[in-house]
Amino acid sequence: MAFTLYTLIQTAILCINAIAVLHEERFLSKMGWGADQGVGGFGDDPGVKAQILNLIRSVRTVMRGGASMASTTLQNCSVHLNK
Amino acid sequence: MDLPHHGYRATKPRARAAPPAGDSVLFDDTSSAPPVMNSQGFYTPGHNMAGPPNDMHGGSAVNNLFTDPMANAAMMYGSSIANQGKDIVNKEISRFMSVNKLKYFFAVDTRYVLKKLMILMFPYTHQDWEVRYHRDTPLTPRQDVNAPDLYIPSMAFITYILLAGMALGIQKRFSPEVLGLCASTALVWIIIEVLIMLLSLYLLTVHSDLSTFDLIAYSGYKYVGMIFTVLCGLLFGSDGYYVALVWSSCALMFFIVRSLKMKILPSISSDSMGMGSNNKPQLRLYITVATAVFQPIIIYWLTSHLVR
Repeated sequence: MAFTLYTLIQTAILCINAIAVLHEERFLSKMGWGADQGVGGFGDDPGVKAQILNLIRSVRTVMRGGASMASTTLQNCSVHLNK
Repeated sequence: MDLPHHGYRATKPRARAAPPAGDSVLFDDTSSAPPVMNSQGFYTPGHNMAGPPNDMHGGSAVNNLFTDPMANAAMMYGSSIANQGKDIVNKEISRFMSVNKLKYFFAVDTRYVLKKLMILMFPYTHQDWEVRYHRDTPLTPRQDVNAPDLYIPSMAFITYILLAGMALGIQKRFSPEVLGLCASTALVWIIIEVLIMLLSLYLLTVHSDLSTFDLIAYSGYKYVGMIFTVLCGLLFGSDGYYVALVWSSCALMFFIVRSLKMKILPSISSDSMGMGSNNKPQLRLYITVATAVFQPIIIYWLTSHLVR
């Protein structure tokens, strides 16, 4: 499997995109992973699930900024290049 | 002396006023020295050449007069611009990574490198795996053989690329693009491994003092095993390859488990308030073991196509 750095960037962008499109109400709450469920622990070991939820929420917040533009431009470039 | 390090030595002392503003001159100002064609005895060094250029005659004096203040001013300007550029570059780089931290990883010496290589290949007799500290800062690799460094991984990486080129050349499959491909593949695998480690350490809220550079260092140690494996494969054929693969895998797994155990798994002194190992210490053990098991897989993956 020959990787290039471009493949790595593509993979990273696609993964972040996948995390960012997990919809809050339709999907995560149904599975009991909503933002208001079970994040109450204020000790210093929030637990794996709370950490994952934090990660998802922060990725979504960052992506709602300019990073989503960067990812769409990168995907357009990759489509253009792979022709 | 404030002679700049990449100027050439002035052959004649300066005729003009003192060098401008001390040590910011990039190169010596020899344009104010009297020209070589001058027949008068201006070559006496150490004399304060107070003789102004009106002693010279001919067009050379005009040249000197003309170019001299301009050249002086241009040089001062250029050197100050260069200094500003240097400061800007340093500032920008230190925004992304602290250069001091990086320097710590390259403070190695020969004795350390030799001992570390021996430990990497034969870790079973090494007794003490603790990284020693000195008033809260970890000791440099020069003083502590357990400290991770970045010299061995980077050198091993480059050697691996060269070896891969050689191995492919032996099989008559070489072309320059393959070299770049091999290099970027290996680099990408390191990046993936470091990212996965960072992610898992974050998710399990392991408060260890493993920085990113430490993880890069520990991931890079497998290149030493890879080089050894490829060499044995080239010298002794396919059997030698598998024997060396098994040997270096076991050695590397042992090394990684022993090194990371100190850092990741909770020690006796609990970090949080009496809650010792928070999230089920088995998860931390799984991380350590998973990292260790990942090494032979990668070694096999990246070297098997070189030895047929």
